Amino acid sequence: MEPQDRIKAQLMDARDLDRTLNRMAQQIVELIDPAAPGGASADQFALIGMQTRGVHLARRLQARIRAIEGIDLDLGVLDATMYRDDFRVRMKHPVVRATHIPFDVSRRHLVLVDDVLYTGRTARSALDALMDLGRPATVHFLVIVDRGLRELPITADFVGRRVPTIPGEEVRVRLREIDDREGVWLVETARPQAPGRVPL
Amino acid sequence: MADTLDTAHTDPTEPGLPALQHRHLLGLATYSAAEIRLILETARQFRDVLGRRIKRVPTLRGITVVNLFFEPSTRTRISFELAEKRLSADTVNFSVSTSSVSKGETLKDTARNIEAMKIDMVVVRHKSPGAPHFLTQCVDAVIINAGDGAHEHPTQALLDLLTIADLKPSFEGLNVSIIGDITHSRVARSNLYALTALGAHVTLCGPRTLIPYGIEEMVEGGRVRVTHRLEEALEGCDVAMALRIQLERQEAGLFPSLREYHERFGIRLEHLEQHPDLIIMHPGPVNRGVELASEVVDHERAVILDQVTNGVAVRMAVLYLLAGLPDGEGAG
Repeated sequence: MEPQDRIKAQLMDARDLDRTLNRMAQQIVELIDPAAPGGASADQFALIGMQTRGVHLARRLQARIRAIEGIDLDLGVLDATMYRDDFRVRMKHPVVRATHIPFDVSRRHLVLVDDVLYTGRTARSALDALMDLGRPATVHFLVIVDRGLRELPITADFVGRRVPTIPGEEVRVRLREIDDREGVWLVETARPQAPGRVPL
Repeated sequence: MADTLDTAHTDPTEPGLPALQHRHLLGLATYSAAEIRLILETARQFRDVLGRRIKRVPTLRGITVVNLFFEPSTRTRISFELAEKRLSADTVNFSVSTSSVSKGETLKDTARNIEAMKIDMVVVRHKSPGAPHFLTQCVDAVIINAGDGAHEHPTQALLDLLTIADLKPSFEGLNVSIIGDITHSRVARSNLYALTALGAHVTLCGPRTLIPYGIEEMVEGGRVRVTHRLEEALEGCDVAMALRIQLERQEAGLFPSLREYHERFGIRLEHLEQHPDLIIMHPGPVNRGVELASEVVDHERAVILDQVTNGVAVRMAVLYLLAGLPDGEGAG
């Protein structure tokens, strides 16, 4: 967690997360139906993981879909920081991380993967970023936790768990690839005052 | 389970991440290695944007930048302007010909005008060292130094560093030689600070008349040495940066002739053959046949055009990292 976090509840442990990802991998596989009206074959689908934890979640989904169906979906990494709308209200600039999408997104069916859906602003910026890269045929949105409190008309197509929260709470998804633990926690956070800038 | 723990972040906008500790970029003398690395890493991400179908991101929408050039400059100004446009900032160019400027007073007046026009950031080039610093005292806007006299040219050094970082695994222990007119070079000074901050060793090489006495003492840690022999500067050197020779230096009698300069300090094909791993850089514009032999400019180990591309990316990163930070700034 963050140093200022106080844990209120554990929402998912490693086994819960594992089951949820299995279910979501199945849901993506169901989406791939070339016979359906407007359907497309597997090679037209791709996963887009959003920096940072969405990338690891997308990799896990990719591996599971390979194991279930023998399908190898393309995977891209997206950082939508440059498209955020809160540039001038934040005390600190978010670090810009890599975007790496090694295929043309135009005419592709994309599944955008993120850990938590909250205000919807990150998803909005991700959609803008994707549109600048090409013209995808469809974009589906997958999140592990939908914590409510939306500020924009955005919804997820695949949701691991819906958890109503209040402002001041945060949902922390922790993954063994980059964290020292695995699971999902609800925490209460007291944000520290941003430090002032050192003058020259 | 403990109540509070690790430092990992769910959201890249969480507090606690690295940030620039400065509000302006006046020079690299006061920038830490961590700040320089943050700029270079951010620049890499912005460089990707330059290779896309739509080479523009909306990041700096609503931010107004003025390019205030009191000295003629084509490439630096175009590079900044392009960086601003790629970030969707509004840009204004304010070019003042040197002849019409009686500096101190006019600069202050110009600063007052900028203040009145509600401009967020000022990119300034001026022939007087310290002019950007002076501006920070006159206006609220963020100031970015695009070259002030023989003081600093920080974005040039940053783009040089990014170019090196793409080719070499680490700055630690890297040997970089800067060759030419060190006395009048803001590029040399900015590079000296930044390269040594990241752990590189710097050799300054040029005619005695063009190297200030005791410049190696300017940076602590004994990472800087001076030589007046090109062969010595190239021995064990990983990267050689040639600086542009201004013709008026010869007219001032600081070296006898361009031909003699080339013979003693110009990098020629034979040098590239003697040093098979040597990378050649130049801040441009190159005097072919003076600092670099023409074949060297066109050689595959000369990365002069990569420097130009990296210049736009580095300036985007600097604009992004310095823009819009609250300083009584209202949320918008």
